[in-house]
Amino acid sequence: MKRWILYLIACSFIPLLFFGCAKKKEKEIVLGYSTPALNNTFWIRVTNGIKEECAKKGVKVIVADAQDNPYKQLNDVDDLIQKKVDALLISPYESDPIVPAVQSANKANIPVIIVDIGTSGGEYASLIISDNIKGGRLAGEYMVKALNGKGKVAHIQCQLGAVNAQKRGQGFEEALKGSNVQVVVKRPADSRRDKALQVMEDILQRHPDLDGVFAQNDEMALGALQAIEAAGKLGKIKVIGFDGNKDALEAIKEGKMLATVAQQPEEMGKMAVDIALKVLKGEKVEKNIYVPVKLVTKENVDEFLSKFK
Amino acid sequence: MGNKGKNGYAFLKLSIGRASTFLVFLFICLLFFTLERIFSPNPRFLTLDNISNILRQVSVYAILAVGETFVILTAGIDLSVGSVLALCGAISAGLSLSHPLWLAILSGILLGVAIGTFQGLIIAKGGVPPFVATLGTMAIARSLTLVYTKGALISPLPKGFQFLGSGYLFHELFSLPIIITLFIYIIAYVVLSRTAFGRRIYAIGGNEEASRLSGINVSLYKLYIYAISGMTAALGGLVMTARLNCAHPQAGLGYELDAIAAVVIGGTSLMGGEGGVGGTLIGALIMGVLNNGLNLLEVNPFWQQAVVGSLIIIAVLLDRLRKRRD
Repeated sequence: MKRWILYLIACSFIPLLFFGCAKKKEKEIVLGYSTPALNNTFWIRVTNGIKEECAKKGVKVIVADAQDNPYKQLNDVDDLIQKKVDALLISPYESDPIVPAVQSANKANIPVIIVDIGTSGGEYASLIISDNIKGGRLAGEYMVKALNGKGKVAHIQCQLGAVNAQKRGQGFEEALKGSNVQVVVKRPADSRRDKALQVMEDILQRHPDLDGVFAQNDEMALGALQAIEAAGKLGKIKVIGFDGNKDALEAIKEGKMLATVAQQPEEMGKMAVDIALKVLKGEKVEKNIYVPVKLVTKENVDEFLSKFK
Repeated sequence: MGNKGKNGYAFLKLSIGRASTFLVFLFICLLFFTLERIFSPNPRFLTLDNISNILRQVSVYAILAVGETFVILTAGIDLSVGSVLALCGAISAGLSLSHPLWLAILSGILLGVAIGTFQGLIIAKGGVPPFVATLGTMAIARSLTLVYTKGALISPLPKGFQFLGSGYLFHELFSLPIIITLFIYIIAYVVLSRTAFGRRIYAIGGNEEASRLSGINVSLYKLYIYAISGMTAALGGLVMTARLNCAHPQAGLGYELDAIAAVVIGGTSLMGGEGGVGGTLIGALIMGVLNNGLNLLEVNPFWQQAVVGSLIIIAVLLDRLRKRRD
């Protein structure tokens, strides 16, 4: 009796396996996409861009989520190679640990398109990336303008190994040169909203006279904003983020956040698919493709928000 | 499952220690094999390439799980393995840039042993519960990793180091991470089932007080056991660093839970005293097959973790019910 109940329980889980299973089809183009983390708005938007473009072009795409784990990403790419996908789109967790995965794809003769972040080695057809240094500069210039050329700012960083985020920081600090706006504190918060809240609380304790905050992504800017709001300093401290996520745009519309630098993740995903299809047809493609970034402020925020409707 | 419980699987029981774990493993393999036949235009699951792919993928978790098995057999727990993996991997990688490779690797392993011994001391001599002691070490080791790497990556590594992760003999099925893993399992299996040392570990897990009264130096054994766990964590760190071709300050984050899951699925009791590394290897393989099979079946990644979690529960449920019947 007990055993039957157990089998019933076991069998009841089987339908779970059928979620998202592919239908049997021959001879269609299949793309594989390895993403670093689907708990991150930015990557979800890249993934959506890829899925939409694939649906439009009538190709199939298999998405693998590395759950913020570079080792799992290596395994995911191996699995996609096993599936014999026609081309691989990879958004690396970071540019160094992805190298063996890119090399495995090279060995299997599968063309690779890198979407954002970049890779330190291996052969790839194209790298599609935001112009991060320019984005950082835009943020820095706007900060100087907003503070009338004088003040103390905090700089909240992504993981210290994240090359692109560091470029944003570099651009931001370059733009401050020659003004009296100074970075008085620099702390990493691992790209996460919860961590940034904590880091910002500590910063406010040490620097109660802070005038501005630049966070290398919107998630952290929003975390910092929560801490500022809780400390009753909303409006006194100007917050600029990076990415152009929906929550950040809404915070700008409400006047809580000063600005953000919008990337175009859906556009990146779309381009990646188009480039992959070109490569498969044997056409020539650019090695480095820079996707433009734009400064979003209260004046033009509606135009960006409308994309989310 | 049938009524053969005690006799039919005698051979399996001898070789694996846990017939039911093995049956769950076979059932999952069969399930994926069938589903792939139905849904996929070119089934890949049981190809030689994919099998070596799975084995390579589980190698790091499986190596960590060996030390974790030793610890859990004595009713302890080691939460520091993920951080120790990162620290030893980083130190080995850092040293390999300026020193001979053998020295770098040996230093990493010895550091793992040292951290393990330090934990064993706190637990055995200081009387701190394993959960607390290893939780503390987990934070310390992670912090030291960040200090040593300055939060950045250490890469690229010398050719010899990379070879540890990507080299193979004849066929990828015999790639170095897989060979290293099997080698560690064979040694651990012999130690646990064929030596007095192994039998005493079971005795301590079964009844610590009785073991002490019968003259086993329990404190010393705990030192050994945590040192072994530190050593396997360091070995896992070496293999992972070599496979990724870089040491990463956030490497191995949360791996202690994967290692513990492999041990538990493999039928080793958290109460100590029963189980073994054979079951753990199957447990690690079950997790590897699940991840790989769900990827091959193109299951929506958002659902994957739910499936893995459910199957972990089912595996252990089956085992509990079988025990009740016996």
